[in-house]
Amino acid sequence: MRLEKCWFCSSTIYPGHGIQFVRNDSKIFRFCRSKCHKNYKMKRNPRKVKWTKAYRRLHGKDMTQDATFEFERKRNRPERYDRNVTENTLKAIKTITKVRADRSDAHHKKRMSGKKSIALKESLKELDQSIHLIRAPGAVELDPSKIAPKKIKVTIQQTQETAPMEE
Amino acid sequence: MAANYNFKKITVVPSGKEIIDIILSRTQRQTPTVVHKGYAINRLKQFYMRKVKYTQTNFHEKLSAIIDEFPRLDDIHPFYAELLHVLYDKDHFKLALGQVNNARNSISKTAKHYLRLIKYGDSLYRCKSMKVAALGCMCTYVKKIGPSLAYLEQIRQHMSRLPSIDPNTRTLLICGFPNVGKSSFMNKITRADVDVQSYAFTTKSLFVGHTDYKYLRYQVIDTPGLLDRPFEGRNIIEMCSITALAHLRTAVLFFLDVSGSCGYTVAQQAALFHSIKSLFMNKPLLIVCNKIDLQSLDKIPEDDHKLVMEMKSEATKTLLGLGGDPNDDGVLLTMSTLTEDGVSAVKNAACERLLNQRVEVKMKSKKINDCLNRFHVAMPKIRDNKERPLCIPQSVLDSKNKDAPIEKKKLERDLEEENGGAGVYSASLKKHYLLADDLWKEDSIPEILDGHNVYDFIDSDILQRLEELEKEEGLRLEAEADDDDAEMDGVELTADEQKALAEIRKKKSILIHEHRIKKSTAESRPIVPRKFDKDNKFTTNRMGRELSKLGLDPSSAIERARSRSRGEKRGRSTTGRGDGVMDMDVDQPSNKKLRLRSRSRSVMSSKKGGEIVPGAGFRDVEQKNQALKIAMKSNKQRNKNARRGEADRVIPTLRPKHLFSGKRSIGKTDRR
Repeated sequence: MRLEKCWFCSSTIYPGHGIQFVRNDSKIFRFCRSKCHKNYKMKRNPRKVKWTKAYRRLHGKDMTQDATFEFERKRNRPERYDRNVTENTLKAIKTITKVRADRSDAHHKKRMSGKKSIALKESLKELDQSIHLIRAPGAVELDPSKIAPKKIKVTIQQTQETAPMEE
Repeated sequence: MAANYNFKKITVVPSGKEIIDIILSRTQRQTPTVVHKGYAINRLKQFYMRKVKYTQTNFHEKLSAIIDEFPRLDDIHPFYAELLHVLYDKDHFKLALGQVNNARNSISKTAKHYLRLIKYGDSLYRCKSMKVAALGCMCTYVKKIGPSLAYLEQIRQHMSRLPSIDPNTRTLLICGFPNVGKSSFMNKITRADVDVQSYAFTTKSLFVGHTDYKYLRYQVIDTPGLLDRPFEGRNIIEMCSITALAHLRTAVLFFLDVSGSCGYTVAQQAALFHSIKSLFMNKPLLIVCNKIDLQSLDKIPEDDHKLVMEMKSEATKTLLGLGGDPNDDGVLLTMSTLTEDGVSAVKNAACERLLNQRVEVKMKSKKINDCLNRFHVAMPKIRDNKERPLCIPQSVLDSKNKDAPIEKKKLERDLEEENGGAGVYSASLKKHYLLADDLWKEDSIPEILDGHNVYDFIDSDILQRLEELEKEEGLRLEAEADDDDAEMDGVELTADEQKALAEIRKKKSILIHEHRIKKSTAESRPIVPRKFDKDNKFTTNRMGRELSKLGLDPSSAIERARSRSRGEKRGRSTTGRGDGVMDMDVDQPSNKKLRLRSRSRSVMSSKKGGEIVPGAGFRDVEQKNQALKIAMKSNKQRNKNARRGEADRVIPTLRPKHLFSGKRSIGKTDRR
């Protein structure tokens, strides 16, 4: 029993799910659900469909190259069973997956790092442009505290001359 | 040779009636059927000629098939020819086939004759009657041979059940009196399941079985019992066995019952032997004494013993004739089918004798030289005088000598049976695994863990790689921590600004939401004009609230709005009233005009004016006003919702029956 990857969206296909399609050149396409299958039949390119892993990797949304990916490789030569090796492997899987998750989080954070400044700029712009929806432009009559403070240019005068005066 | 086995493949012979039915219906179906008397005469002639020709061809085909498939008695092996003659009477058989042949020929002749006649036909009727006559004639011929066809069918059925005997291969023939044990012997050496009963003539026809000897296949033929009768007095069953004896080149096993339990004495059996010994020419003969468990050969009375020895000497003569060993004890054998004592010895002796005889015959024939050329025994050339004896390993000799019982290895199947059978026990497939440590054999490991295949991760040096990975990870985390410290906190919005932003966004979303609602319902709901606003959206109170939210003082705006509206209303009402009061007294035509004009506002004017039209049904002005008020009220809600009103066209029944039912004599009814 093996968990396969969906050809379209690259999610894991658990046993009992999905459809396998064998083409005339004997290439096997596995799909996790009818959504992927129907998209494939429509001849859509998964690299252009936003929600697939292929797109995300191609456009740098998700981590692509990492040492943790090298641990999980389909091996065609079966190895002789060794209890110790298997024990270690089982323990290792857990740590490897954790490491991989951490690294992809870091990648995501790095990607999102510039967001704050952009968001700030946008909010300032919005405040500037749409303030008329909640404040009347010429409204000074009722409540001065409700108005957005106008920016007044104040020039700081030199106070050095006064100082000797006091003295 | 080929004809021998085709008895099973003869097609069914249909009865006369069936043939006629089949062929006439086929003619009806496969030839054109439509013809009018207005057609050109050639076309008519062609039409009918075709029918006649077609019928004739079909009859010819069918009858030819029958004739060809039955075997020609002259062409087949004389054994089969004789057998068929014995069973079915050769003459009768030939006669039946001859009749069928005659019918076939006469059909062809009549067809030709009638075709010629049709050629000279001058009308449709004449041609048609010619055709009818022709077909009728042909069918009569077939009807006449009906009984022959039935007879042939019977023969065919019986023939297909004849045993398939190959007359040219190695055969053993078993003969003798009834009830001596021929069929039992047959059952013992072959897989044939011949009926064995205590009454005579249990076996009524020839039976074939097969047995093996020295890697060769031998046919064994069991015959029905022979009685000592003159040749002419024999019945069909006995004739079968006589035929087999006469025509097949076999080894003959003559069965003798020394105990007399078959009901016949040895003397009678000896008499039979002598009467048919002419048939034993050139055949290896074995005399088999059966049922020795009842009576041993040594203990029979003197006379019988003498008879038996006579038979033996006769048999030895035949042996000599074939160049066998005169002292060979293979001529007279004893056995008992009940105790199976000597059965295989008899079989082996018979097979051996037959084989030798056949080989000898072959050796003497001319073809042997061709065969000899194909044999060559390769002998190694002698190099030196060294002797090279056989070399057989000691273990082989030991095992041959020991004859110890070979210990049976315990099979998995036995193990399964021990532990409860197929459904209960499931074999352990891991028993024979070759692992570094045998304790690991029954380990069960998960194939899947957390959505990953475990087999993809297995690697002998995974620990080392994991260490490296963890080191890397440690380094990375440190680097990240440093980065985190170095990150700057940028400028942020103040609390006021955040609140204002939130309000802006909320307002925007409300506007969008309203717009969407308006857009979606625009087609299905008409836009209600402002004067019927049911949500009280267009009130001065609301305006005041909204303005104060924006930070403005609404009072002046409210006053302005209110004063404008009130002023208009007042102005309008005075002019209306004035008009009505004034003009009623003075002018008739202008009154009418005004009434026409004011009819659009009739509700309002009558409210104030109070005109009672006699015959309208109102007692006084009050009542009228009340009625009008009620009428207005009932319309109010509907108008506000902009729904269909009284004045709007109404179809009381959408599908009245008179428009949607009924047929038309001409035309369609999808529009009325």
